Amino acid sequence: MQLPRQEYQDYRLNYAARKTARRLGWFSIGLGLAELLMPGRLARAVGLEEHEGLIRLYGLREIGTGVGLLLSDNPEPWVYGRIGGDALDLATLGMSMQHGSNPVGAAIAAGAVAGVTAVDMACARALGSEHHPVTVYDYSDRSGFPEAPERMRGRAAANGDMANIPQVTGLAAADRETETRH
Amino acid sequence: MRALRWHGKKDIRCDNHVPDPGIEDGRDAIIRVSSCAICGSDLHLYDGFMPGMMHGDILGHEFMGEVVEVGKDNRKLKVGDRVVVPFTIVCGECDQCRRGNYSVCERTNRNKEVADKVFGHSTAGLYGYTHLTGGYAGGQAEFVRVPYADVGPVVIPDGLTDEQVLFLGDILPTGWQAAAQCEIEPTDTVAVWGAGPVGQFAVRSAILMGAEQVICIDNVPERLSMARAGGAITINFDEESVVHRLHELTRGKGPEKCIDAVGLEAHAARSIDSMYDRAKQALMLETDRPHVLREMIYVCRPAGILSIPGVYGGLIDKIPFGAAMNKGLTFRMGQTHVNRWTDDLLNRIQEGQIDPSFVITHTVSLEEGPDMYKVFRDKHDGCVKVVLKP
Repeated sequence: MQLPRQEYQDYRLNYAARKTARRLGWFSIGLGLAELLMPGRLARAVGLEEHEGLIRLYGLREIGTGVGLLLSDNPEPWVYGRIGGDALDLATLGMSMQHGSNPVGAAIAAGAVAGVTAVDMACARALGSEHHPVTVYDYSDRSGFPEAPERMRGRAAANGDMANIPQVTGLAAADRETETRH
Repeated sequence: MRALRWHGKKDIRCDNHVPDPGIEDGRDAIIRVSSCAICGSDLHLYDGFMPGMMHGDILGHEFMGEVVEVGKDNRKLKVGDRVVVPFTIVCGECDQCRRGNYSVCERTNRNKEVADKVFGHSTAGLYGYTHLTGGYAGGQAEFVRVPYADVGPVVIPDGLTDEQVLFLGDILPTGWQAAAQCEIEPTDTVAVWGAGPVGQFAVRSAILMGAEQVICIDNVPERLSMARAGGAITINFDEESVVHRLHELTRGKGPEKCIDAVGLEAHAARSIDSMYDRAKQALMLETDRPHVLREMIYVCRPAGILSIPGVYGGLIDKIPFGAAMNKGLTFRMGQTHVNRWTDDLLNRIQEGQIDPSFVITHTVSLEEGPDMYKVFRDKHDGCVKVVLKP
């Protein structure tokens, strides 16, 4: 008969989502540094030459979110912060597509932001699963041994002699088998 | 009869009206299956990683039951015997069988020519495990034909339940052989990658063989709790670095013995080399994902032993063989020579030294089998081992 299973409800961390959140944090810091240190080049690429200050500001925002993601024990609000930032970026790029000097560049950038937004949203959703308790099974009573494992250590070696275990070559086992069969 | 049959990748069905097997050779026996199990290596078939499956193949290589028919030349079994059938089909007479190397029996693979071409030399026939290993019908069915049934099957004495002895056919001797291949010394640290059923038995075997310290590595909390119950120190690779933790636990020397109870579908999905393997696998440039193998070579103490019961199917890439060579590591691997260990392990079960039934977490009917493949594969519902009752 199968042993009965002990179960209880518990909350589990979603390690995969947390790893993604950390990667998004590093991405934020990288993008933020680029926006902060070379706003002119980025502004030209998306047709916002007049708004280098705004791009620097967005860079600071990205760095802040990235640091939050990397340092916080609970990355979820920071991922939502990134999603808010994505919305702001998309709105700005939308404006640039209509009124800026490089609508094609703005559209390409908007596409890239939309892709990252999808990752952000998937990560936020996955982190949300941590709020729901899951059924956890406790197998700590399933040793398979008649006594505590510490007392079973070396038990296969009869009289302390490990040579009693059939060893790797198996010739003895083969002989036994052959004798049994014939 | 009813049987679980492979209809394609991730498509396993419980089919009714499958033709009953019959005696084809004088040494055969027909078994009415009382219990069978889904093995981790069946998942490689489910996920389509092993080539050589055909539409309608009956799955399953862990099974036991009652003998209902015996061929005229079979002097070992009689109708009514209760037997566990090892997953490797062995003739008992060829040179390899006589040397105890049952899993590389030279005669039982019916498709020897194909296997010779793929592997250089053929290995033994296996139940329900591709046409590369003979294309034999498996045991996840109501009845199964057992070829060479005067050699392989282990007759079970009265007083033992199916759950106690079923795993003699595969995963118990597989974990045991994994530990035996390590030639464990009383001062050894044995690290076991994978806390699935084979990993669980490898942990307990290493304890029984006297290892000073056994460490088990996985990321499924239930499986880790089961490994701790068996005497292992556990490492959750989601929570901590395997390399650093092993370093700490071995005072910087590394484990003397390493066991890969994971095989070709390693799921350390967030390591860089795992992402590389997945990309190469998607491009069909690599068949297996050898993350565990790489990690074992890296962490193993020089002059140590790597024991590999985990199944690999084809080609692997970026193996740090320079490290393996210069560290003087010994590799031991292979499908399990089941009959080499069954007498001894049956005695140990009878003596109460180990009760393998601890590993069973789900017992269901054959009809529920296809759904359980997915539950087992995804490690949902605390699933460690599924037993089917046909």
